[in-house]
Amino acid sequence: MKKLHISTSINGDEAQFICAPDETLLDVLRDHLGLTGAKEGCGTGDCGACSVMLNGRLVCSCLVLAGETEGAEVETIEGMANGDDLHTLQRVFIEKAALQCGICTPGILVAARALLEKNPDPTDTEIRYWLAGNLCRCTGYDKIIKAVQAAAAEMRSV
Amino acid sequence: MRYVKPENLKDASALIGGEEGISRILAGGTDVLVQLKAEMVEPDLIVDVKHLDGMREIVAEDGGYRIGAAVSGAELGEHTGVKALWPGVVEAMELIGSTQVQGRATMVGNLCNGSPAADSVPAMVAADAVARIHGLAGERDIPVLDIPTGPGRTSLAKGDIITSVFLPARPDHASDAYLRFIPRTEMDIAVASAGVSLELDADGTCRAARVALGAVAPTVVLVEAAGAALVGTKLDDAAIAAMVQAAEATCNPISDKRGTVEYRTKTAGVLAKRATLIAYARAGGQK
Repeated sequence: MKKLHISTSINGDEAQFICAPDETLLDVLRDHLGLTGAKEGCGTGDCGACSVMLNGRLVCSCLVLAGETEGAEVETIEGMANGDDLHTLQRVFIEKAALQCGICTPGILVAARALLEKNPDPTDTEIRYWLAGNLCRCTGYDKIIKAVQAAAAEMRSV
Repeated sequence: MRYVKPENLKDASALIGGEEGISRILAGGTDVLVQLKAEMVEPDLIVDVKHLDGMREIVAEDGGYRIGAAVSGAELGEHTGVKALWPGVVEAMELIGSTQVQGRATMVGNLCNGSPAADSVPAMVAADAVARIHGLAGERDIPVLDIPTGPGRTSLAKGDIITSVFLPARPDHASDAYLRFIPRTEMDIAVASAGVSLELDADGTCRAARVALGAVAPTVVLVEAAGAALVGTKLDDAAIAAMVQAAEATCNPISDKRGTVEYRTKTAGVLAKRATLIAYARAGGQK
């Protein structure tokens, strides 16, 4: 297979990589670039553990070919904190214990941030529908919803 | 496997037309990548088309809208013009998958995947939408209804690329609606579905109606007799009953883990009725 040479932007930094045409963005993030925050759960777009932002849209990175990201802007969980300063959502998820095993957490944080940027004051129902594509295998959904609400309230008050 | 981003549509069609192995057109990728992962298909060639002219655009045209083949569900849902003119089509597309899938999935991909349960297709058929196809011999327009030919199969020839779907203009007092039934509230495939588009006279009498059903036959079906049962009425109980009967009579579903033949048939009729009443209210009809 002829390899592809791709130039892209990841979390605001220029990134270049060489990939096979059948590798996904998730494969490249994890296996080539060492960005292992996005997880592979199902690999078929059902679980949301690999959620990233691609040109400002929430997507499953397992459903994106790496070759498609030429010239694109990719944002991953690794870009969410500002150095040691956690994003409000990240801090509140820890404070409210909104995670158990943690596999779904990076995807849920990326997805929740995308929701709050679009809708800073969502209802519980809106949060549940928005996060319907993020499966928590520990089934800790109530704490996740509560943490998103708490973070949203804090972000609105700033 | 080769991944190619051709410079124009002509090259794209020629590439696919000249490929001896298996090729796949890539727009949103939410079906193609799943098929790759499941090893249902091992393409020799992937042709990415979403960067080509007009593919990402929604353009007003002749009072309707032309929707590029790579417009995502999320982009469609944010377009107030399309939402106002064809709310049933937009709500059908928005039902597909999760927020993440909506960020990528396209209506044309949903059509080309050929599933009889594709949510956007009954709504497009009810809307009398027309697909614009770029093929080896140039461009042609084909009604969306005529694209699917069976589960996973379409009437498209090698080298054909659907570049856009056109949702036509509509008169005043007209609207549409789409409903599906799934056992959950989100992230599932239709057990049965119905898309209905109505045009009313100023007094609320139905002047034209198109009723399309999903997941109850090898392809999405347009039930002309169901639409005809509504025309000339104000959707009284007898007209609705006749419409439901025509819808049920057209159903030719399979029994599987999602639903039996009887269940799908009954559900399709109920959904057709409810979608009709929603479309009627949206079109300004008073009941």
